[in-house]
Amino acid sequence: MGTLYERLMEDVRFKEGLKACINCGTCTAICPAAEFYNYEPRSIVDMIQLKDDDRIKELLTGDEIWYCGECMSCKTRCPRGNAPGLVIMALRSLSQDLGYFIESEKGRQQLALKRMIAETILEMGYCVHASHMNLEKFPEQGPMWDWVHDHLPEVMDRLGANYQEEGPGILRKISDEALGELNRIFEVTGGMDRLKRIERYSRVKAKDEGADFQGKGTDEGYFNKVFTENSQKHTRE
Amino acid sequence: MIIEGKKTVWSQYQKNIADDHYFYIRSCIRQNLWPGSETAFLRIIRDELRKDVIEDANHTTCTGIGYHTDVVPIETTMTVVARLFALMTERGYENMITSCITSFGVITEILETWHEFPETEARTREFLKKATGRKFKVPHNLAHASDIIYKFRKEIKEKGTRSLVNANTGEKLRVVEHIGCHYSKMFPHKGIGGAEFPYVLIGMIEDWGGEVIDYPERRHCCGFGFRQYLVKANRGFSIACTKKKFESMEQFKPDFIITNCPGCNYFLDRWQYVISEMEGKTYSENNDGIPILTYEEVAGLVMGYDPWDLGMQMHQVGVEPLLDKMGVDYDPKKKYLDKNGNSMGSPEKPNVLNFCC
Repeated sequence: MGTLYERLMEDVRFKEGLKACINCGTCTAICPAAEFYNYEPRSIVDMIQLKDDDRIKELLTGDEIWYCGECMSCKTRCPRGNAPGLVIMALRSLSQDLGYFIESEKGRQQLALKRMIAETILEMGYCVHASHMNLEKFPEQGPMWDWVHDHLPEVMDRLGANYQEEGPGILRKISDEALGELNRIFEVTGGMDRLKRIERYSRVKAKDEGADFQGKGTDEGYFNKVFTENSQKHTRE
Repeated sequence: MIIEGKKTVWSQYQKNIADDHYFYIRSCIRQNLWPGSETAFLRIIRDELRKDVIEDANHTTCTGIGYHTDVVPIETTMTVVARLFALMTERGYENMITSCITSFGVITEILETWHEFPETEARTREFLKKATGRKFKVPHNLAHASDIIYKFRKEIKEKGTRSLVNANTGEKLRVVEHIGCHYSKMFPHKGIGGAEFPYVLIGMIEDWGGEVIDYPERRHCCGFGFRQYLVKANRGFSIACTKKKFESMEQFKPDFIITNCPGCNYFLDRWQYVISEMEGKTYSENNDGIPILTYEEVAGLVMGYDPWDLGMQMHQVGVEPLLDKMGVDYDPKKKYLDKNGNSMGSPEKPNVLNFCC
């Protein structure tokens, strides 16, 4: 099993992202998330350098590691060639591997992302699909999108798509053969294990909270809770 | 600002872009939200420039949004991308074009990781063989679709019929360019002009007659942040980033914004609508808002294409004020017609933003 620090060192992004931090704070100065959230990539990297498993576990179970937007502006600016954003990605992976993500409000959102993004990849071949993007979940799309959504095949056809048809083109139907290969890749590489783990730990948390948990879909009680819950304790004053 | 100094520095960041024979990878976001842009790109490259571009129907996402929302492990993403490489190899191609900045960043990150940690490439080859039986060669050349438009921007200008000039005053249109973080912030040497002076969009604007605006928050993120937008509870982060940019650029009065990344195009368009509904603010003098265009849409306008063929009816911030400035001869009545000329109805109008027809 090893220490948490050793587990992090197994991730190439951690090795690449944290060489030797001089604690200058340049990453925090450039970070869009640090401007909005109670978040400092500098302090996270500084804490990890202590190699203290108790402190690392605090990160893995807390909200802080989920504030980063992975824009990687920190990678450009770090004078020592570190990438706190890559360190965050390694921390998030480990948090999910160990089931710690359900301990924080922001971490629990991984269930929503699993159902909305990962399942769309496995079922449709792409990360998102216009037919899933309704105004209830994405109200900022505005009335124009409401019109598009109501006339999706016709609008796509007008703009040269091959909507849900065989062969190449925009929003084509992805063949069963291609989807089968995608699914096998997820099985072989550990992707499916991560998705199952997100469901398994989320189910436990939902049970603890007495929330409705069907194990699928985007309309159940627990999904809606993690998708919309905001305790308003995350941002800067 | 010392322009000559900037030109000297960016010229050090040059990128080799293949001349022909491309394997094209579609974008999750662009094909869903800006489908006319993908159609326009292939029309320009195939029909106007006579380049060989192939698309394999069996290609899929690179998983980029899944990777950056951390629900897809790095090993999985590497192997899915390796499958894309395998499809390209099997077709006999070696130059890959991605239509998405996230894909471009993910594939670049994978190639760099394989270079630094060769054991990860070896493991990916084993995974791919076990899952699909396929083998692959890494691309000889990887370009974002905007790199290709940049490379042929002078040819597009020569073949085109329009310029980025105000048809009434003869003045250059004033343009904000937004690059998209993953184009060159992670691997500056892979983008034209690097992270400090990314030139891929500037080159288009200047060669097509426009003038580029510099403003303080020019390189700030659009606010996607992956999970920071996709989860409804987090969207305050997303709109705050976009608002910061608009507040910063407002005084420079841009005629439009050109984007490199389909996601950025979405956020800069849709959050303008939301800010207008929430605060009555439009960042323009007459509630038109600032039109947000993909580089394919801009290239298509320069080529002389019809804006409704380019999919410009899929913008929440109307494009008509820009079309009028450019002197584009368009038919407003055709905005919401289907392929056969039949009406598809029309969207409801927003409460604050002007919205035509």
